[in-house]
Amino acid sequence: MIDFKNISKKFGKLQVLEQVDLTVDKPGIYAILGPNGSGKTTLIKCLLGMTIPTSGHIFVDGQQTKGKWKFRSQISYLPQIANFPKNMTANELLRLIKNLRNQPSNEHSLIEVFGLRPYLDKKMGTLSGGTKQKVNLVLALMTDNPIVILDEPTSGLDPLALIELKKLIKIEKTKGKTILITSHIMSLVEELSDEIVFLLEGKIHFRGTVDALKSTTQTKNFDEAIAQILKTSHV
Amino acid sequence: MFKIFKYSLSDLLRSSWSYFYLSFYLLLGFGLLFFNPDVSKSVITLMNVIVVFSSLIAVVFGIMYYYNSREFIELLLAQPIKRSDIFIGQYMAVSVSLSLSLLLGVGIPFLVYGVADADLIKKFLVLMAAGVFLNFIFVAVAYNIALYHENRIKGFSYAILFWLFMTLIYDGLFLVSLMTFKEYPLEKASLVATLFNPIDLSRILILLQLDISALMGYTGAIFKSFFGTTFGFLIAVSCLSLWVIVPVSNLRRKGNKKDF
Amino acid sequence: MLQTIAGILIFLVQLNLSAQNIRVCNDCEIKTLQAGIAYAQPGDTIWIEKGIYKEHEIVINKPLTLIGKDFPVIDGEMIGEIIRIESDSVTIDGLFIKNVGTSYTSDFAAIRIKRSKHFLIQNIKLETLFFGIYLEKSDNGIVRNNYIKGNAKVEYQSGNGIHLWHCKNVQVLNNKIYNVRDGIYFEFVYNSLVQGNVSKHNLRYGLHFMFSNDDEYKGNFFEDNGAGVAVMFSKNIKIENNTFKKNKGAASYGLLLKEINDATILNNIFQENTIGTYLEGCNRITYANNNLLQNGWALKMMGACFENKFIHNNFIGNTFDVSYSGGNTSDNRFDYNYWSEYTGYDLDKDGIGDVPFRPVKLFSYITTKVPESIILIRSSFVDLVNFSEKVSPVFTPEHVFDSFPSMNKF
Repeated sequence: MIDFKNISKKFGKLQVLEQVDLTVDKPGIYAILGPNGSGKTTLIKCLLGMTIPTSGHIFVDGQQTKGKWKFRSQISYLPQIANFPKNMTANELLRLIKNLRNQPSNEHSLIEVFGLRPYLDKKMGTLSGGTKQKVNLVLALMTDNPIVILDEPTSGLDPLALIELKKLIKIEKTKGKTILITSHIMSLVEELSDEIVFLLEGKIHFRGTVDALKSTTQTKNFDEAIAQILKTSHV
Repeated sequence: MFKIFKYSLSDLLRSSWSYFYLSFYLLLGFGLLFFNPDVSKSVITLMNVIVVFSSLIAVVFGIMYYYNSREFIELLLAQPIKRSDIFIGQYMAVSVSLSLSLLLGVGIPFLVYGVADADLIKKFLVLMAAGVFLNFIFVAVAYNIALYHENRIKGFSYAILFWLFMTLIYDGLFLVSLMTFKEYPLEKASLVATLFNPIDLSRILILLQLDISALMGYTGAIFKSFFGTTFGFLIAVSCLSLWVIVPVSNLRRKGNKKDF
Repeated sequence: MLQTIAGILIFLVQLNLSAQNIRVCNDCEIKTLQAGIAYAQPGDTIWIEKGIYKEHEIVINKPLTLIGKDFPVIDGEMIGEIIRIESDSVTIDGLFIKNVGTSYTSDFAAIRIKRSKHFLIQNIKLETLFFGIYLEKSDNGIVRNNYIKGNAKVEYQSGNGIHLWHCKNVQVLNNKIYNVRDGIYFEFVYNSLVQGNVSKHNLRYGLHFMFSNDDEYKGNFFEDNGAGVAVMFSKNIKIENNTFKKNKGAASYGLLLKEINDATILNNIFQENTIGTYLEGCNRITYANNNLLQNGWALKMMGACFENKFIHNNFIGNTFDVSYSGGNTSDNRFDYNYWSEYTGYDLDKDGIGDVPFRPVKLFSYITTKVPESIILIRSSFVDLVNFSEKVSPVFTPEHVFDSFPSMNKF
């Protein structure tokens, strides 16, 4: 389904990704983890074609993505920082994305779920960070796509919304989608993910299930397991 | 591309900035026409404002708009749209909205005043065309600078510097070198030097309307064929077009390559 | 005494009574102008009916009146001169004369008036000509309402529309002259009036006069002539209410004044000329109430101009208002003019700007040194240069300024 072949990315002298090979061929939830600056977001952006890899190829459904744009209609993407044009209202933004994607969408139920109705005609500039993130979520999840990428989906969300989000992600999973998530909330990762891809200094350090991670690191607790990886890698 | 253009334009047309800019031109236009006894003098003042001021606003506003819409661009980049369409669409929207402010802001006073003199109307149209060209050129340059510089302060400084260079420094160096090499035939060189500066080019377009009498006083044959016929006008217009085409195609190229 | 007066009166009456009318037409008894003139007695009137008369070298050697009906065509067939007047009191009216011969050695004219007085040439149409109406040592006559259209291509193969040489008291009125070498040409012409003429698209000058004193030029219209209007070596002339327009080129002037003394130049319009008015060696000229609009250089003063006064003129939209060089003294005065370039203020509201205006720009000085720099006019850099020079003049003549610049147009 998604195939990273030998992906390297350099920003100037900084090597962010180094010969990453990653194949995601089964549906499920994949958590991309790693410390700050390990290349998570870069990897995701490479997949979307927002960042152009220095070398290597990416395939989505067997099609090479370089220079193409139609494959993006297969992907729902939640960007990390939800900053929107200040002058546009949430409604306008919704209409814009719907118009651009030209796909059926269920924004109404999502708006209800997140209680966004009172904010729809307010300008984005006037909304709080959490509300913006909710709009961000609606934008990302309203269309039905086989690949879903969520970059830090929980940031700024209140506990209630967080619960709703988890529900939503689980529902998406039952639809047989491939879901990539990056997050710093380990409980969320532990609860949701089928597989973990751990990036360290631009390379895939570990890939497997949460349980496999626990057993390789010989820890009982997921947080500890992660801490263990970080410790050993620095030795 | 058209979708992006439409959305960015509607975004711009609702920003208070556009109204501020429009009302500036309205004030200027009405002020010049109604408080100045001499319409042809107004055209000269207008020329200075358009050449100097609207190019400054275009380059500043262009770079500001890009930096402010960076996240929006990222949002769009994840959508199934051609990458370059995002940049070109936004670029077009900024240029068109600035041009609209100029055309309406100066055009409405002219219409209200009821300028009927065909000669003056022609001068006015050339002025507007030069202004629109400058908007499209300076916004394109601003977008290029912005694409190459993530650092806003740096990008902003380069944009201002570019404007300053084109409006003032270039002509200063130009004049100094003309005076230094005055023993040599400079006719062709000075014409060529003009082509590399969009401000000079639009100035030439306007000079052809306002100062043709003085330009015809120069004895050189090349000047004569340049200024005395439509040849000069066509050359100036095509070079201005190149000044749009080259930055825009680089914008397209860079837009496809840039990392976000 | 009374008897003599009575005698003269009787003679005059008889003369008048005895004057006959002679008809010339293609199927009359008299078929040619030449035959008609030969047949006529002094004082007769020859009526020329509509038709084509292929004649040239028609010499009028007695006082006659020739009147064409519906513009009979006199076709000179490009051979030589067509009509020559060698007698006083000749009137020619209403002919269409064409195809004057071209020569490198003689100045063939459509109508030549030679050493004659009291002539009247009117309502003549001239086409395909070398010289048009040529007055030579002739006085006290009128040339009016004629229409002259040439096809001059090069100077040495073309002649002038109305050409006066050594004449006095001549009136040149309401003629229209196009596409000849010089529209109106005066040399040694005194006490004459040129009024209401239109002279356009001529190869060289719209009006060219030299060594001609005490003449008046009023209400004429000169447009798009190769070199404009040139006035040289003359005294006591009046140039009023004329329009000088669109004379463009390196050697083209609205009005060129060279060695002119004691002239008044009033109420003229100078519009869109490369140089509106050019003065060289001119003294005591009063230049007032003129409109100088959109010229390259409105006024250009070269060497040795003294005691000229420029008052109440409108300088509007010129690229350069005044260019000043050579040995001009400081006694030329610019006062009470309206300058559209003036940016001063009038706090006491008396209609006069409170700071003097300096019409000579530094950039005008630069363009005389480096002509190519003309391409930089109205550049912001040049504006800056001009501004700093305005603040503290270094290169531009310090004594050229208008102390009383008017805030309003006249």
